[in-house]
Amino acid sequence: MTSLVLRGVRPYGEDPVDIVIADGVIVDLAAPGTGDGEVIHAEDLVALPGFVDLHTHLREPGREDAETVLTGTRAAALGGFTCVHAMANTNPVADTAGVVEQVWRLGQVAGLVDVRPVGAVTLGLEGERLAELGAMAHSAAEVRVFSDDGKCVHDAVLMRRALEYVKAFGGVVAQHAQEPRLTEGAQMNEGELSGRLGLAGWPAVAEEAIIARDVLLAQHVGSRLHVCHVSTAGSVEVIRWAKARGVDVTAEVTPHHLILTEDLVQSYDPIYKVNPPLRSAADVEALRAALADGTIDAIATDHAPHPHEDKDCEWAAAAMGMLGLETAFAVAMSTMVEPGLLSWRDLAQRMSVQPARIGRVSTQGHDLVVGAVANLAVVDPDARVVVEPSGLASKSRNTPYRGMELPGRVVHTIHAGTPTVLDGALA
Amino acid sequence: MDSRAHVVLDDADIGRAIRRIAHEIVERARGSESLILLGIPTRGVALAHRIADAVAAIEGTEVPVGSLDITLYRDDLRMRPARALEPTTIPAGGVDDKVVVLVDDVLFSGRTIRAALDALNDVGRPSAVQLAVLVDRGHRQLPIRPDYVGKNLPTSLTEQVRVEVAEVDGADQVTILGEPQ
Amino acid sequence: MKHLLSAADLSRDEAVLVLDTAAELAAVTDRSVKKLPTLRGRTVVNLFFEDSTRTRISFEVAAKRLSADVINFAAKGSSVSKGESLKDTALTLEAMGADAVVIRHGSSGAPHRLATAGWIGGSVVNAGDGTHEHPTQALLDAFTLRRHLREGSGDLDGLRVAIVGDILHSRVARSNVLLMRTLGAEVTLIAPPTLMPYGVESWPCSVSYDIDTVLPDVDAVMMLRVQAERMHAAYFPSTLEYSRLYGLDVARMSRLPDHAIVMHPGPMNRGMEISADVADSPRAVMVEQVANGVSVRMAVLYLLLGGMKEDI
Repeated sequence: MTSLVLRGVRPYGEDPVDIVIADGVIVDLAAPGTGDGEVIHAEDLVALPGFVDLHTHLREPGREDAETVLTGTRAAALGGFTCVHAMANTNPVADTAGVVEQVWRLGQVAGLVDVRPVGAVTLGLEGERLAELGAMAHSAAEVRVFSDDGKCVHDAVLMRRALEYVKAFGGVVAQHAQEPRLTEGAQMNEGELSGRLGLAGWPAVAEEAIIARDVLLAQHVGSRLHVCHVSTAGSVEVIRWAKARGVDVTAEVTPHHLILTEDLVQSYDPIYKVNPPLRSAADVEALRAALADGTIDAIATDHAPHPHEDKDCEWAAAAMGMLGLETAFAVAMSTMVEPGLLSWRDLAQRMSVQPARIGRVSTQGHDLVVGAVANLAVVDPDARVVVEPSGLASKSRNTPYRGMELPGRVVHTIHAGTPTVLDGALA
Repeated sequence: MDSRAHVVLDDADIGRAIRRIAHEIVERARGSESLILLGIPTRGVALAHRIADAVAAIEGTEVPVGSLDITLYRDDLRMRPARALEPTTIPAGGVDDKVVVLVDDVLFSGRTIRAALDALNDVGRPSAVQLAVLVDRGHRQLPIRPDYVGKNLPTSLTEQVRVEVAEVDGADQVTILGEPQ
Repeated sequence: MKHLLSAADLSRDEAVLVLDTAAELAAVTDRSVKKLPTLRGRTVVNLFFEDSTRTRISFEVAAKRLSADVINFAAKGSSVSKGESLKDTALTLEAMGADAVVIRHGSSGAPHRLATAGWIGGSVVNAGDGTHEHPTQALLDAFTLRRHLREGSGDLDGLRVAIVGDILHSRVARSNVLLMRTLGAEVTLIAPPTLMPYGVESWPCSVSYDIDTVLPDVDAVMMLRVQAERMHAAYFPSTLEYSRLYGLDVARMSRLPDHAIVMHPGPMNRGMEISADVADSPRAVMVEQVANGVSVRMAVLYLLLGGMKEDI
């Protein structure tokens, strides 16, 4: 195998080097222009460890009209990702070794990113009986993250058992924190605006109360807890408090909760309908601050493709969710890097190192050093791109950023030493 | 005022025209017991009241006066923004079997009067309908002619005729604006 | 104006124009010929996804009095109940050449979607959407108030109106708060705290939990329908307790000033929010509200459709 040279690239935005890659690993960080091998031009570009998404809906099996493993991982690669965690709410639900192995194999066949299936916590996401967590953990898919995402594991006893059970194989329960009774029929953030628009409210307390309960449970049984898509300032406070007490809790925030607010709902355009809902500007500020200070560990996309007809309708009838893989870096750049809240090294922590650690993915999230697995995202920090839905690789078009100009562009993606994206196009 | 505007009727001319129209109406009606004057808003209503006053001065009888808004009957509604309605007030006793004299300020294409006839038709069935106008400027587009005219004013289509009455505009006068063709 | 989606769409002058126009059109109702040729050749579609016979009939009579062709499209028994989307229904209506669509929908914001999603080109009139708004109801309420308390002209400056009942789920309350404010009236919302919308304290009105302290100072009280089923979702303990604390009976009505009127958007729950003898009392103006509804809806249709299509 010939070696690859990323010519003149700036790791973490620092001094330029030639990154030399052979046999899937970084073999040398050479002076610019001295690296030997097939050259990929990367002068003035920034190299980061390949992004790892803890929260992706690939929709296969069951909703191949919205996304497939192939189209979803194409979108991921174009977004600079080298690993995605495929959520369990497929049809059939990923609650057996058979389904998670199927998804894992589809990922292997597509060959663009590592597809790490997430296993359901409960059978059929019904919240009544534990799924065979051990079988999924010991399958070829080596599941480590378990989640009923889309639904909350709201039964306290079931949650406690799940937290305990996954300790046996280093797993983590990723909780979709949503108290179901407080959010029956909920359509948007509960606040002055929901009252005015006549849309049933999704109160912050429905998220915060579950997180508060779960951090206490995790502490009580000595388990690891991960909180999906934190969306409120109150949740941030609870997690900060728990971490200070030494609870083994991690948390993620979505790109859209870092940049969009509930004001967009005034248009009644369901492109802005998502769960948890878009919150207030004060929540957005708190989430950015929490991501900056490490209270929130990771950015996770909650990439949720939906076919056009599920969004081209009235608000209440529309599906919840928005695309995220192809715009995540740009949103992070816009909300965190440009304002100076995160350095490039911090961003690498939030988008690669921490998510890989939370998901126990040993081949991902490596620092850019000799010997590291060559998973890289190479980005142009000076580019500005207007989001055009028809230009997205995802099978769906439900991006909330249509027409928005965002900073930064993923130029090259290298997955385990093989370029998957070159010059912004699939290699 | 527009420098090209010139006054064609002053307040004295208008007063004379109204008195003459009143005489003619009385003469045609041979007594005014079954007469009703319906002004077309806005200035037609003011003129109708003046004609009624003149009739009262001549005959010593009160002629009922009302107003008939024709907005909802116009045939050019789709060519203009929707407009506010003016009041329609039909004198007690209605219009059935009465001689109704429609009163307007300017007779031009005839479309306003066509609309007024339609509107009147929905209000009741007069025994006869007559038309009094202060100014007839020609250019009819419909087979409509006035029964009583204050003044015939031959005009070109590029000119505008402006009628002002004291009740609405603070003074009585008729002016022509714009260039003759 | 091209659409009427929210009472907030109307400026004071526009709202007064609607009321003035309605006042002129109301006179037509008293004639033997109750029809005007104004909207001849225009097509108005009543698109009702919820049963509401009274509102649909009111719009139908209004459109017919203006000589518009009226198509009633009820969701029940139609392709809509077989799963056809709002969009496909809209495209069908557009193909039929609808100049205006009067829509009643259970989902808040559905009229906004219809007006802005690019599915249709005609005007959209919100005839009630979910728990959001019902602007023509607010207009007819304002018209009724103006007739009784402001001699039928101008705005409602200084008028004090209490709205009592299930504010949380009421599109009538939302539209009325907005329109009354625009017209200068002072609104007090009265309900148990469970039936107040979240964030109501930021609305342009007062809020009270005690009907008895408010009634002596109002010019009109508007009672809203309260569904007995709400008690199963713990909004209040029992219908008896609700009507005891918030219902309008004769004793409570006697606290109103002599000139004050009693309103209700209908349909009434006699014995729940309003007692039968109050509903039938001379101070209750419900029948008149229904009649005024036709005039106001005629005015809205005329002002939206009577002019040029391009005029917005």
